[in-house]
Amino acid sequence: MPLIYQILIGILLICCFLCLYRIGRGPTAPDRTVAIDILGIVIVGFCAILSILTKKDFYMNIAIAWALLSFIGTIALAKYLEGKGFDE
Amino acid sequence: MNETIGLIIISIGIMFDFFGCVGLVRLPDIYNRLQAATKCVTLGTCLILLGALLINGVSALGIKAVICIVFILVTSPTAAHALARGAHQSGVKLWEKSVCDKYEEDKHV
Repeated sequence: MPLIYQILIGILLICCFLCLYRIGRGPTAPDRTVAIDILGIVIVGFCAILSILTKKDFYMNIAIAWALLSFIGTIALAKYLEGKGFDE
Repeated sequence: MNETIGLIIISIGIMFDFFGCVGLVRLPDIYNRLQAATKCVTLGTCLILLGALLINGVSALGIKAVICIVFILVTSPTAAHALARGAHQSGVKLWEKSVCDKYEEDKHV
């Protein structure tokens, strides 16, 4: 693995650990939900770097699926926090 | 040449990601954290995917990167908006040094 990719993946891992800190520490439930959303988007970037590094394109499929699932999960948690039903 | 430009764009994107995550840890309030983290991380991840497109050219990987950029640009502000509304409705207080809250004023008119 070239050195520049090692540095980039290291910085992305630091970002993931900062998000995990906020998930564990966050005082209220919306704090944790924001951190889960941001962690999902950071992992999409991680999949993009892996697909460049290994020249395989199925990591990009994982990135698309992860972005959509993260969006649906965040919307469901936001509606749950709002305290209303899902059908309005 | 394309690989050099792509690596520079990926480095800028990861810098934006890092600043967004530092804002997620350092800022005092849920609304401040939401604003800093969502904008920075959306731009950063879109730049990483754009760098993947530039390095690999128009191939299967590049087209999938463009699709992923479109998805992230549509879904991320929507999720942030729903989350801010949900947090406000569930009664999370603002930071004590915040100056105005237009949503709360609109509810009492």
